[in-house]
Amino acid sequence: MEEVLLGRWQFGITTVYHFLFVPLTLGLSVLVAIMESMYVGTGNELYKKMTQFWGKLFLVNFAMGVATGIVQEFQFGMNWAEYSRFMGDIFGAPLALEALTAFFLESTFLGLWIFGWDKLSKKMHLICIWLVAFSSNLSAFWILSANSFMQSPVGYSLKNGRAEMVDFPALITNPYLWGQFPHTVLGGLVTAGVFVAAISAYYLLKQKHLPVFRSSIKIGLSCMLISTVLVMGTGHLQAQYLGKKQPTKMAAMEALWETANPAPFALVAVIDEASQRNTSEVGIPGFLSMLIYDKMAGEVKGIKELQVAAELKYGPGNYIPPVTQSFWSFRIMVIAGLWMAALAALSTLLLYKNQLETNKTVLTLLLWSLPMPYIANSSGWILTEGARQPWIVVGLQKVSEAVSTNLTSADIWISLIGFTVLYGVLAVAAIYLVRKFVVEGPVEHTPSLSVVTKKEATLWN
Amino acid sequence: MELTIIWFVLVGVLFTGFFFLEGFDYGVGMLLPFLGKNDVERRIIINSIGPVWDGNEVWMLTAGGALFAAFPHVYATMFSGFYLALFLMLMALIVRAVSFEFRSKDQSPVWRSIWDWMIFIGSAVPALLWGVAVTNLIKGLPINEKMQYVGTFFDLLSPYTLVGGVAFLLVFLFHGALFLTLKVEGELIERVRQVAAKVGIGAAIAFLALVGLTYINTDLFKSSLAGIALWGAVVVFVLSYALTWSWKFGWAFAMSGLAIVFTTIAFFSGLFPRLMVSSLNPNWSLTIYNAASSAYTLKIMTFAAVVLVPIVLVYQGYTYWMFRKRVSAKHLEY
Repeated sequence: MEEVLLGRWQFGITTVYHFLFVPLTLGLSVLVAIMESMYVGTGNELYKKMTQFWGKLFLVNFAMGVATGIVQEFQFGMNWAEYSRFMGDIFGAPLALEALTAFFLESTFLGLWIFGWDKLSKKMHLICIWLVAFSSNLSAFWILSANSFMQSPVGYSLKNGRAEMVDFPALITNPYLWGQFPHTVLGGLVTAGVFVAAISAYYLLKQKHLPVFRSSIKIGLSCMLISTVLVMGTGHLQAQYLGKKQPTKMAAMEALWETANPAPFALVAVIDEASQRNTSEVGIPGFLSMLIYDKMAGEVKGIKELQVAAELKYGPGNYIPPVTQSFWSFRIMVIAGLWMAALAALSTLLLYKNQLETNKTVLTLLLWSLPMPYIANSSGWILTEGARQPWIVVGLQKVSEAVSTNLTSADIWISLIGFTVLYGVLAVAAIYLVRKFVVEGPVEHTPSLSVVTKKEATLWN
Repeated sequence: MELTIIWFVLVGVLFTGFFFLEGFDYGVGMLLPFLGKNDVERRIIINSIGPVWDGNEVWMLTAGGALFAAFPHVYATMFSGFYLALFLMLMALIVRAVSFEFRSKDQSPVWRSIWDWMIFIGSAVPALLWGVAVTNLIKGLPINEKMQYVGTFFDLLSPYTLVGGVAFLLVFLFHGALFLTLKVEGELIERVRQVAAKVGIGAAIAFLALVGLTYINTDLFKSSLAGIALWGAVVVFVLSYALTWSWKFGWAFAMSGLAIVFTTIAFFSGLFPRLMVSSLNPNWSLTIYNAASSAYTLKIMTFAAVVLVPIVLVYQGYTYWMFRKRVSAKHLEY
């Protein structure tokens, strides 16, 4: 059993780490594309400077996302071989489609964009970054269509001991996907909006490079305001869907042990998972029913009842997801979201009144809110994947049945430690670079050809 | 034709594209710290593959994805069986991917030198490991009746597979040096040419050793197509080396590429209809019959591949066309 736990830790660490970079790639590619459109549309060099400054940060982040994404492509086969056998039909197809439709497009046109400033016409160069933005978001669509199946299987039949695809359109019209995909893309835009707004706020506080960052903060805040509102809207629709179709996940994230009608919404709770109750709880009566059914009535199933039902359906076992983790990760995500939405509204109002630049407090708050989208993104995924337990594919395969059977715990320890250490080192390098760029500001890098590396021994002197 | 056969061919095509394209950019990456005497030269060398290396690597990711979609049992058995080897390769590829992006972003010579060596490691390790992996597939692996790999990491290492690894590494090094002769100019190009001529000897010896040991260790030559392709590879490889000596580098590069293509064809047709050979019992090998996805999935994927692969080739070709000129110190904008 240790192998399962280690495999889960490795998957959790590498995936959460990978997803620190992905949302910014999704959102910032769009914002950089918008900036370059403004440059091409107006011919104003200021927008070119802006595009190049944010583009530079985008590239560091993109490289980290790509590098850590390679692991994702292989890890299913390495650590979750039985899952791969069971799900190859359904999970492999979107993954291959992701590579064919998105990865090729993204990598090729990003290469052209980076090296093509002087080689391509302005329009062609602009098309490149839009294709990058399109393809990275398309890539999110494919991988989420695979993930959605794990949460809510559709369009399959169980044959030859595995889930075989029988209806591809059902896979990509999975209602779960159409809740999750917009939420993820908007989460990316929130991340990019906050990223641009926070770093612009830093320069406004320092009163440096004002023209670039006065324009940037407008783009950042508009994006932040619109996308935080929409991300909450899509999140709400997703939760309503969960309430009706995935009661176990809903019950876990609300720490609702007993079935209730109308069901209360717990703001905070002290959860005792061992004795299956909340020792104390502060909540709003009837509000959970309200959230799910838009009225103050409606039954929400409790964890205990769902556990009994699951045992009847799937046989004896523990079908209760980690309740405390789900409860709090949901609340952390929501609080981070509300914070960003409120801050975006306040800052936009001040910007509109021309008072933002003089309001040091709000600018400082913006700067210090940079971790917020990352906290929200990570806790959102911890909620989604954690509350899927004990299943890897809900109702079809358990995590414990999915793991590679030939691996020893020593194997997994080696890779777990290796990846973790490497990721730690790379994080330091990436943060060092981003910090350096931010301190430098939007300056032109004319390559100094005089820089010579140290004399090194070569094989063919 | 059977869809499973189409997918066997497609996986072969993806690996062929991968070895051909990433072959030279692994080679360039390995040569970087030795050939580039100063920062300008190193940047020229990096920029020769800068716009394309990521797209080349997607061939590998797509091959992995295609295996997952079309032959999930192969994906599962191979990747869990090669666990520690793949772990090493992933570490190398991660480091390589960030190095290209990070190295020029700071002026410090130490910083740049570190990432240059990371590019070297990130290119050499996967080149070596792919050679070990491919030779293991055909030589046979301890795979039991449940399609499980029952060996350890060290079972992957034998004289034959190690020669396979070294041969891949040296052939890619040669291929990369030839690529560079087409992409750089000035004083650097003279050194690149010398290196190509020297590396070629080692590559030729290793490659011939690989062919010889393949004859002894595997049943590859039972397939006449595989035999013809492998001898064809030997011929074009020798030709490539001869062309290098006569300073005809464009043709030499084409021939080294063709040698890689022929070798990949040889290995895949030698494998057919198997994808992984079991050394314990021939009946336990993973084949296109017992390891494939459902016909429905294969149909969907065939449609997607037939539409998309040509499009990919067109726009990747466009990139190579855009950056067809030699990289000179005057245009180091990145």
